Amino acid sequence: MTKDKRLAKRHRSEKIFKFYGLLSIFISLLFVLVLVNNIFSKGTSAFTKTVIETEVFYNQDLLDLEYGASKDEILDADFFDVTIESLLLIYPTNGLDEEKQLINLFSTDVEIEIKSKFLNNNDFIGKKVIIELTASDDIDQLHKGNYPRDLPEDRRRISDFQLKIFDKLVENGNIKKTFNNYFFTKGDSRDPELAGIGGALVGSFYSILICLLLSFPIAVLASIYLEEFAPKNRITDFIEININNLAAVPSIVYGLLALQILLSTIHLPRSTPLVAGITLALMTLPRIIIPCRASLKAVPPSIREGALAVGASKFQSVFHHVVPLALPGTLSGTIIGLAQALGETAPLILIGMVAFVVDIPSSPIDPSASLPVQVYLWSESAERGFVEKTSATIMILLSFLIVMNFLAVYLRQKFEKRWN
Amino acid sequence: MNLTLVLLIIIFSFSCFFYGRSKSRSISLENNYKLNALPKFYGYYLVLWCSLPSLVFLFVWTLFEPIVIKSIILKIAADQGLVMQDQNTANLIYEKIKAIYLGTYFGDVDNLLKQSTLSYAKFKNIFTNSKVVFVFVIVIASIIYALKKIKNNNKARDDVEIILKGLLFISSLIAILTTLGIIFSLLFESIKFFSVINIFDYLFGTNWSPQRAFVRDASTITSAEYEELKDAFGFVPLIAGTAFIALIAMLVAVPVGLFSGIYMAEYATRKVRRISKPFIEILAGIPTVVYGFFAALTVGPFFRQIGENFGLTVSSESALAAGLIMGIMIIPYISSLSDDVINSVPQSLRDGSYAIGATKSETIKKVVIPAALPGIIGSILLAVSRAIGETMIVVMAAGLAANLTINPLDSTTTITTQIVMILIGDQEFDSPKTQSAFALGLTLFVATLILNYIALRVVKKYREKYD
Repeated sequence: MTKDKRLAKRHRSEKIFKFYGLLSIFISLLFVLVLVNNIFSKGTSAFTKTVIETEVFYNQDLLDLEYGASKDEILDADFFDVTIESLLLIYPTNGLDEEKQLINLFSTDVEIEIKSKFLNNNDFIGKKVIIELTASDDIDQLHKGNYPRDLPEDRRRISDFQLKIFDKLVENGNIKKTFNNYFFTKGDSRDPELAGIGGALVGSFYSILICLLLSFPIAVLASIYLEEFAPKNRITDFIEININNLAAVPSIVYGLLALQILLSTIHLPRSTPLVAGITLALMTLPRIIIPCRASLKAVPPSIREGALAVGASKFQSVFHHVVPLALPGTLSGTIIGLAQALGETAPLILIGMVAFVVDIPSSPIDPSASLPVQVYLWSESAERGFVEKTSATIMILLSFLIVMNFLAVYLRQKFEKRWN
Repeated sequence: MNLTLVLLIIIFSFSCFFYGRSKSRSISLENNYKLNALPKFYGYYLVLWCSLPSLVFLFVWTLFEPIVIKSIILKIAADQGLVMQDQNTANLIYEKIKAIYLGTYFGDVDNLLKQSTLSYAKFKNIFTNSKVVFVFVIVIASIIYALKKIKNNNKARDDVEIILKGLLFISSLIAILTTLGIIFSLLFESIKFFSVINIFDYLFGTNWSPQRAFVRDASTITSAEYEELKDAFGFVPLIAGTAFIALIAMLVAVPVGLFSGIYMAEYATRKVRRISKPFIEILAGIPTVVYGFFAALTVGPFFRQIGENFGLTVSSESALAAGLIMGIMIIPYISSLSDDVINSVPQSLRDGSYAIGATKSETIKKVVIPAALPGIIGSILLAVSRAIGETMIVVMAAGLAANLTINPLDSTTTITTQIVMILIGDQEFDSPKTQSAFALGLTLFVATLILNYIALRVVKKYREKYD
């Protein structure tokens, strides 16, 4: 082999090596894009829902209500007959089976929707009113184009008869898409069209709030001690080793800890944001202490010495001068720790947050779900409608995380002093 | 009750701050001497004296009150003729009495129980009242003591700082407490588990099917039952599955992560670095449940489809899908750590290599990587410990049945998956099935601890070499 050839070969291998590096970065970036694209393309449709415009006749005879009936009377009244009568007028049916199929086009809450409309306008009595009623999940998915209609009938959840009605309704312009308010205001449900993340949002909020209240002060105090006051001895070393190890303990182990100590030993209420918050706080603590210490360490000794030189005590030098300077780094570390806690799922499953909770929790000691657990729960459900709901929940979760991370970066870049 | 007391103490303490501050000022004006500390320190001093002793007292009291009441009530009940053969029935009777008191008991209540409930109510009342009295006495006594100290113009700042320092120290102890809590809670149940299942049957058994131990009281187990039971808790398929999925993850993450790290450290311009580094770190910030969802709903079925096209049977919960996605999750851990490590290799080593005519890639391969190898190995070990502790991806995308297999297209299960599957929903306590989850947790904890310890040691040693 001549010298030139060898050199060419070496240069070629140089290029190939560099290409591998670029390729690796490209793979990571590609995956981020594929993932985000996948989630968004599945999830955006969950923010709208399909409604069927229906003429509802609030027949006084069927309702058994007077003009100007009070709220309690309306709540007690039976709207079932009115509902059935009105729905059956949409399309001519023949026999009970077809009637049932027609009614199944609507969500299971259709009677409640008709009732609540009436509650707000009780002069509807005896009138025919056009109301947008939520369609069932199958119709919703069909209308959004997520449901294959060319399957043979016995493999479809929607019958030919229902398809016929659907096509007629589309033709008449009675089927519409509107903003899915249920998705944000309702709790979990077995019916995808009625399921929402309201409960999970509130549960996550309480959990993270408790996590913040517990972990932030303790982490800051602990890192101040370790960085500024701790004597160099065995105990301090031991604490340091402990913190580093705890930061690397798998999150599920914290779930076992919470199960054994918080639930079985001190009997805190299961499935509640309180327990979730404490568990997440224990998990987040070392993850906040580490960046806190780093930002305390970054404050140059001259600051401390300056304060001491003009007669401040050690405490005053730390709390008046060092801590305020380290605060941006501390806060951004805390926010990143909380963002991790917000996405944490495994320990919450162990403390029973997977319970099926329909109500929106009104306090941290009510059973509730949280956003990531809701993702897990819905991803296990078979109904087609839950796929878009899960993706949409992930979108909400990711947007919270992005906001938190941007806030952390902003705090650091805007307020942190560079010393050099 | 406790909450009201705590709130009262806190509110009272806050008002003490202002009182202490102005009191010390007025004392110094009256007696015409200079204070030993700034007035506000006397305020803090009073706050600490007002709140700490009473809060500590309240805490200890709340801790011991139920125990004391219980022993008193049980003694009275025994004197009155309630029969209690052993500790368990005694506990049961006490729980009954409490339930009657709270009005949540709907069974038959005989006269003796009624009597005991009355005395329970009486003692509960006495204890609550005396608690309040004690707390007030303590608050007042400590304030009087503190005021006396302030009058003597003590060095309030030093005292306050000593207490605050103690508070700081206690906060840093929380880390040790957490570790202890983890170890004890895992050990406690694991010991119970290993008292039923022989540890060797657990470590070397090749069959994992804990559902066989369903509803079985661990304390009354016959040897015939044990023969059947010992086969249900074999750890080997779990560690094999865990290691297998972690291996697939590493096969993805190590090359991609390492090359990304090298490119970032050696080739990338500032601009490329500034943009691509946060992008790669997004991968570390995505919650694992999202990866799990993606793996289970998109990647798994996708592989299955491809497999069908080639005439292969691919499980939709294949180890390959879970491992691949886990590998992608781990890329940023390896890339950013190896980036750091490579950056800290001294420039002089590279310059020496360039000087004898090596190209950049030759320098990296022959000089930089060997120099950075310990650090890189450390980062890989940390990533492995991440992989075996990772839960949601495998729970959602890997299988539930414990198969011993080396076919990546088959489904396998992992330690973390089994912990979740055993503990999800309602658990019956004292069943070996529930306890086995804690034994698995202990195994996982020890394994990750060892890996982390070695990794941190290696990285530290390496850092010292070039610092």
